Amino acid sequence: MIENIRREAEKILKEGVVDLVIGFEEGTIPLKSTPVFIEKPEEAQKLVWNSFCENNLAVYINRFKDKKVGIVANGCCSRAIVNLIIEGQIKREDVYIIGVPCEGMLDRRKMLREGKTEKDVDESYLYTNCRYCGHRNPVIYDYLAGEKLEEHSAQYPDIKEMESLTEEERWQKFSEEVNRCIRCYACRQACPMCYCEVCFVDVNNPKWLEGGVTEADVGYWNLGRAYHLAGRCVDCGACERACPMEIKILNLTRKLNKDVKELYNYEPGIDINEKPVLGEFTYEDKEDFIR
Amino acid sequence: MCKEFEPKIAAFLCNWCSYAGADLAGVSRLQYPPYTRVIRVPCSGRINPFYIMRGLYEGIDGIWVSGCHPGDCHYQTGNYYARRRFALIKNLLEFIGIKKERIQFSWVSASEGGKFAEVATKVSNEVKKVGPVEKLVREKRIYD
Repeated sequence: MIENIRREAEKILKEGVVDLVIGFEEGTIPLKSTPVFIEKPEEAQKLVWNSFCENNLAVYINRFKDKKVGIVANGCCSRAIVNLIIEGQIKREDVYIIGVPCEGMLDRRKMLREGKTEKDVDESYLYTNCRYCGHRNPVIYDYLAGEKLEEHSAQYPDIKEMESLTEEERWQKFSEEVNRCIRCYACRQACPMCYCEVCFVDVNNPKWLEGGVTEADVGYWNLGRAYHLAGRCVDCGACERACPMEIKILNLTRKLNKDVKELYNYEPGIDINEKPVLGEFTYEDKEDFIR
Repeated sequence: MCKEFEPKIAAFLCNWCSYAGADLAGVSRLQYPPYTRVIRVPCSGRINPFYIMRGLYEGIDGIWVSGCHPGDCHYQTGNYYARRRFALIKNLLEFIGIKKERIQFSWVSASEGGKFAEVATKVSNEVKKVGPVEKLVREKRIYD
């Protein structure tokens, strides 16, 4: 598969189909592949694909607005690209997608803590969202670098488990997590869908949120960010992996994804002709919570 | 002497239906508890879910959002869009452990003065029962 990615990247760079290719190269620290931007065909040999390509590369597309971009995209990255196209941020013809079927990424921090190395690739280290992933194959691509994998529908056992707890227990879990937040905004920077030029926390008028790190401030920062991703989150997990405090941010976005799927039968980032779920409605939408 | 707890409830009422409904309840001399603070908005579709979060953040004990019945919206479809947003924000806030009584929604038309008073009473009583909001309140309450 790596050979296919390299060959295709080299080909499109040589033919001038794209100005640069975004992919992963071997990282400088253990168990981590690093995003790389390749402009010369001979550098295409740097590209790799393994179980530690945990960033979502779609986050970088917006930085090359006037260029044609080739991108190595797995399931969630391609879904983020679809979402960006739906929301008018990029044009389909400006990206060349080298699709990669993806078997999920491994939790490098957990592996490092347990003293594992790159050879100990084991399913038990899969990230939560990868374990219950519903789109392992890219949803759009111009070239597919490997055999398509079998698809399962997205599952939410972790969310269902939390929903079954009592209100106080749910609150305990939530506050334990968010109280570690230092508001570094790494989650926002890693997220391909967080492309707002001015984020709601940075707005001064109206000032939605104060700048502190009290429980209320970090709580509403995490809730607000999650809510902004309602019906848009592609569940790639880049936010959680970028978090230096290892907060389970995905709990919130996965809950919203589950609701959107259950209430409106919608999954973000599947079809470029679909409208965003909050940008349309049906007359039969559920309203049993309204008096 | 221990003073009885009096909740603060922010009521976001749409200009065309619920606000007129509140007006009708008033001119009909209907009685309901005095805990609601009415905020008039052009349409329930105008209500940013962040208003709801911001209200709780400021220490408002209950948020009540009311608009036109589906199909009656002055702007044709505003409340249909709002309905989806409300369902998601309500589920999200309940999911993290905020009491469901604190976030209330209703459809009240301009001719339903009676329903307005009835819902206002129910919302007030429920919020009063669950007590003052403690979770995720900013440290300084500017409305105290």
